[in-house]
Amino acid sequence: MSPAEENAIKTSARNGWLLSLPALVMLAFAATGPLLIVVWYSFLTANDTGNVIHQFSTEGWVGILFTYDIFEDGWVLADAHLTIFWRSVWLSLVTTALTFAIGFPTAWFIATRPAKERALWLFLITIPFWTNLLIRTFAINEVIRNEGLLNTLLIWAGVIEVPLQINYTETAVLIGMTYVYLPLMVLPLYATIERFDMRLLEASYDLYASRWRTLRRVILPIVKPGIIAGSILVFVPSLGAYVTPRILGGGKNMMIGNFIELQFLQGKNWPLGAALSVTLLIIVTAALLVYVKVANRDRGAGHG
Amino acid sequence: MAERGFQISRLPGFATVAIGAFVLLYLPILTLVVYSFNASNSVAVWGGFSLHWYADAWANEDVKAATVRSLVIGVSAAFLSTILATLAALGTTRRRAFKGQTLIYVVINQPLMVPEIVTAVALMIFFGIIKVATGYQGLGYLIAAHTAFCLPFAYLPIRARLESMDLALETAAADLYASPWQTFRRVTLPLLAPGIMAGAMLAFVISLDDVVITEFVKSGGQDTLPTYMLGQLRRSFTPEVNAISTMLLAVTVVLLTAFFLLTRKKD
Repeated sequence: MSPAEENAIKTSARNGWLLSLPALVMLAFAATGPLLIVVWYSFLTANDTGNVIHQFSTEGWVGILFTYDIFEDGWVLADAHLTIFWRSVWLSLVTTALTFAIGFPTAWFIATRPAKERALWLFLITIPFWTNLLIRTFAINEVIRNEGLLNTLLIWAGVIEVPLQINYTETAVLIGMTYVYLPLMVLPLYATIERFDMRLLEASYDLYASRWRTLRRVILPIVKPGIIAGSILVFVPSLGAYVTPRILGGGKNMMIGNFIELQFLQGKNWPLGAALSVTLLIIVTAALLVYVKVANRDRGAGHG
Repeated sequence: MAERGFQISRLPGFATVAIGAFVLLYLPILTLVVYSFNASNSVAVWGGFSLHWYADAWANEDVKAATVRSLVIGVSAAFLSTILATLAALGTTRRRAFKGQTLIYVVINQPLMVPEIVTAVALMIFFGIIKVATGYQGLGYLIAAHTAFCLPFAYLPIRARLESMDLALETAAADLYASPWQTFRRVTLPLLAPGIMAGAMLAFVISLDDVVITEFVKSGGQDTLPTYMLGQLRRSFTPEVNAISTMLLAVTVVLLTAFFLLTRKKD
């Protein structure tokens, strides 16, 4: 390589950085940088009136799993916290499974429409995707609350006499999250199914495979990257959900996101809230790293 | 290929589930829209068509103030994030891969990955410190926060547009002795304009919709429409909230349709 070429490459890289710099500064100021402060705060001492005392302490981290019992004069396992973690993980997993059960046939349906129609069906999926999460949560609330559409219809039809209490239960949170995150499952699934070579189905049927067997042994293994992408895209925001459990779950069915808010706004235990935030961040990052790894491996294998 | 008697790609029950899914996606939204035109005071009973709740929302000073605030923040954040995203997209596309490029991608897309509640808490602490230190309580914090999380949404369509653009035109301009600035101003920018418009619209929609980060960053009396709606829910549920939701929904649908028309590939 001639010195002139080397110089050109250097200049190009420098310009790349310079052009990106304003965006990076903005993000460092109002997104990425403040995350470091949360890590710092998780190691400080709680102040009962809110905020923190600038004194090192690990109580925020210990407080995630344990609680101080004044009668026993010691740390005991915090059952209430464990219940919230378990609920968050469990509801997120079930949400992921439900969105897959509904989303896979939907994505398959869209991908097998004539090419002209597909754009319209996709547009129908993307509108809810971009619609305000709060509005969509209100909308599902209109359907499932006691005086809502579902109960009104069921009472009118004579199926039930007393409205079903769905709101403010875990079921409500589950219905709500499945509803709001469904497009996040359909879109990546569609992207992989669209590239699926339908001739493989012919081959499979020619070899006397049943539809079920073809689905299990041919289709699902090939669209696996889309399944993983969709699952991560649904699982990650479900785990950090705040608005949906707050509106549909009431005060009792808190998830990690609501528990974090509680520590900052009512509980006045900022270090605990900060430690919980860092924990959530670590779990989400781990899930995304797994995804990147699997996606890369599958892409690598695809060249064979 | 699929137009033979036996539809090879058909899987039993899939179409039914899919149609069911579309109904389930739209039924709640339609319910909300229909109820917003309900004349009845009760949210359950249909009392005839009326614009009553829209009139109520319109007459409500809090709603008006929140709408203005949402628009000011949305327009400022969309404007700023689009400029920053355009520069970053120009910096990270159509040049030889350079050291640290992946890092730039990760940082720009970071708001898509970090749970909103975590960013919200982080900004509450950080901006809280600045508020105490400087005494400034204005909308600047919300605009900064919104600009940051809107950045990836503005960046992605602009970058996609840049990557699909033909370099030949710019090379031609340079061959005809246009200065780099002239080439950018007269060739690159006009070609890039649809991508920039699309990015700005997405950023605006995202800003307009934000609840969690705004809820934690806002100072007293800085409600935007979504945080106002969330606050209303704490008291009692009124169809007024449905009316506001329907208006927000209409804005979103109009902007999205425009977005799709702008980014549509010409076949």
